Amino acid sequence: AFFWLVSLLLASLIWFISVHLSDRDNAKLQYGLLIFGAAVSVLLQEAFRFAYFKLLKKADEGLAMISEDGRSPISLRQMAYVSGLSFGIISGVFSVINILADSIGPGIVGIHGDSPYYFITSAFLTMALVLLHTFWGVIFFDACEKRHYWCLGLVVASHLLTSGLTFLNPWYEASLVPIFIITLCTGLWAFFTAGGSFCNILKCLSCKQEDDSRVMMYSALQVPFED
Amino acid sequence: MITFTNNSDSEEEPCNERTSLMSAESPPVPSYQDGLPASEAGEAQAHRKRRTGSSRSPNNIADGDMSDSGVPVRESALENEEEELTLKYGAKHVIMLFVPVTLCMIVVVATIKSVRFYTEKNGQLIYTPFSEDTPSVGQRLLNSVLNTIIMISVIVVMTVFLVLLYKYRCYKFIHGWLILSSLMLLFLFTYIYLGEVLKTYNVAMDYPTLFLVIWNFGAVGMICIHWKGPLQLQQAYLIMISALMALVFIKYLPEWSAWVILGAISIYDLMAVLCPKGPLRMLVETAQERNEPIFPALIYSSAMMWTVGMAKPDAAARGPSRQMWDAAEDGRENHRSPSHTDSQMSETRSPVPTRPITSFEELEEEERGVKLGLGDFIFYSVLVGKAAATASGDWNTTLACFVAILIGLCLTLLLLAVFKKALPALPISITFGLVFYFSTDNLVRPFMDTLASHQLYI
Repeated sequence: AFFWLVSLLLASLIWFISVHLSDRDNAKLQYGLLIFGAAVSVLLQEAFRFAYFKLLKKADEGLAMISEDGRSPISLRQMAYVSGLSFGIISGVFSVINILADSIGPGIVGIHGDSPYYFITSAFLTMALVLLHTFWGVIFFDACEKRHYWCLGLVVASHLLTSGLTFLNPWYEASLVPIFIITLCTGLWAFFTAGGSFCNILKCLSCKQEDDSRVMMYSALQVPFED
Repeated sequence: MITFTNNSDSEEEPCNERTSLMSAESPPVPSYQDGLPASEAGEAQAHRKRRTGSSRSPNNIADGDMSDSGVPVRESALENEEEELTLKYGAKHVIMLFVPVTLCMIVVVATIKSVRFYTEKNGQLIYTPFSEDTPSVGQRLLNSVLNTIIMISVIVVMTVFLVLLYKYRCYKFIHGWLILSSLMLLFLFTYIYLGEVLKTYNVAMDYPTLFLVIWNFGAVGMICIHWKGPLQLQQAYLIMISALMALVFIKYLPEWSAWVILGAISIYDLMAVLCPKGPLRMLVETAQERNEPIFPALIYSSAMMWTVGMAKPDAAARGPSRQMWDAAEDGRENHRSPSHTDSQMSETRSPVPTRPITSFEELEEEERGVKLGLGDFIFYSVLVGKAAATASGDWNTTLACFVAILIGLCLTLLLLAVFKKALPALPISITFGLVFYFSTDNLVRPFMDTLASHQLYI
């Protein structure tokens, strides 16, 4: 969360400077600067996610070195999940808490011609964003670990795409629906990256006790997790 | 001020006195290794990565055990376990401190956002005599700097006074002072707070009920804080009085003075704890010479020991306050000093009877505690509360300050693990908090507001 905040700070600094250096009255220019600011912010967020990955990797190595069996108590996958989740939470909270605070007070939504569905769509968008950050975190860390740089590029591109789609608000059909589709796809991708599979789901749902004859198969199934 | 303590389950120890002495004298971080026989052997081991300065107190105990555990394999195994324990407990300690700090901040922010009284300007403390209602910016800045100088000098004078009192063994005076100060906090401030909350929610309460509620609250609080009580209750009371103090500061400190005071306090904290001639350091050294614990009740302790194992019945000694605010100041002062003291004195440990190797298993069941001074709670809450009160109704600023303070606390705990001595808890957190407050309020807020008005997400 701290890293996300720092990235947001830097991005706002850049936007602030650019706004102050430009012509305040030109609405189109201001809107363009806003788009530029948002893009810079997305790129900075991903950069700081990478920085956080590096930091956690160092910590992971340190933990592994001083632990008994040479493995750190927290796996990199768990760290990826936690990092993604915290990015998502702080990003979601920053996006939505002022809206929530305003929604308590007296007022009418969209009285000046804006969409009356502002609150509910904000809620859905925030939810999608939080989930997306979590999934991106998992995929990102895994891609960095395995050096699949095309995965990294895809994550950054999907983040930019999501942010760009929000520019289509209030045309909610064009923005909300694709964003939810992206969320689903990213979720599935993250699930398979983290080692999940159809068999695992079945096993989880059935909650059966494994009998001895299946021990070998179980441990074979577990191997992907332990890497 | 942050310190670690090693707390043993007193029932398992043969002698309560020894337990309390041990716990009182346990070193900050080496408490993880405290009593572990292999801690000394670990120096030579390859796995010794971060135990740089560990040659101090653990070895006093470990010395005697070395003769027993001559097997290097056993030592290295214990050493590894101990390192893992350190990490596990390190993470646990961070959480143990996050929760009370968060709770205190939540109480303060909730009160600020709902009760108008604490954001109204109704005069100033006598410690900040210069008003900020001046026409020019320069004058206002000058006034706030002067206010800060006065406030900090008052704090320094109080601390030196306390050190002198302690040096000349005026324990009764100190105890009386602390008791009066907590009396005032628990009764008067609670009465005002309750009154304002009832006013805000337009709830009627008759005087007999009020008297009963406040009497019970205050009496139980006094007993819990100064004598014995369930740990959770004591922690809850300490959190509540920190929140009350912070609310008082938020109400009565003028705007710019508050920020300058926060900055100056963290610098003062840094100097007082780390400089050789600082008053707090002298207090600590005196305590070490006398080999006794000082004012443990003014510190938030997350461990069991303080309520059970303390040999002295009244750990707290709060001084008498002639004026309303004197005690507030002293209370805050004392918050910091005892914590430093406790941590420092715990480092130079007097010869302690050696413990057999089997005590290692005992230690695993022990509660290992972390102590943070109440002054730190108060100033963290003042920062977050001020952010909530004055950041143009913006929640983002409050949240950013909150995250910044917690990260600062985390870093300070990390440094504590590295340096293994008493550290000031204020500087890093307050610096982060101030940086994030000003940058979020001025840079991030317009950005996020513009984005939100177009319903854009980043």
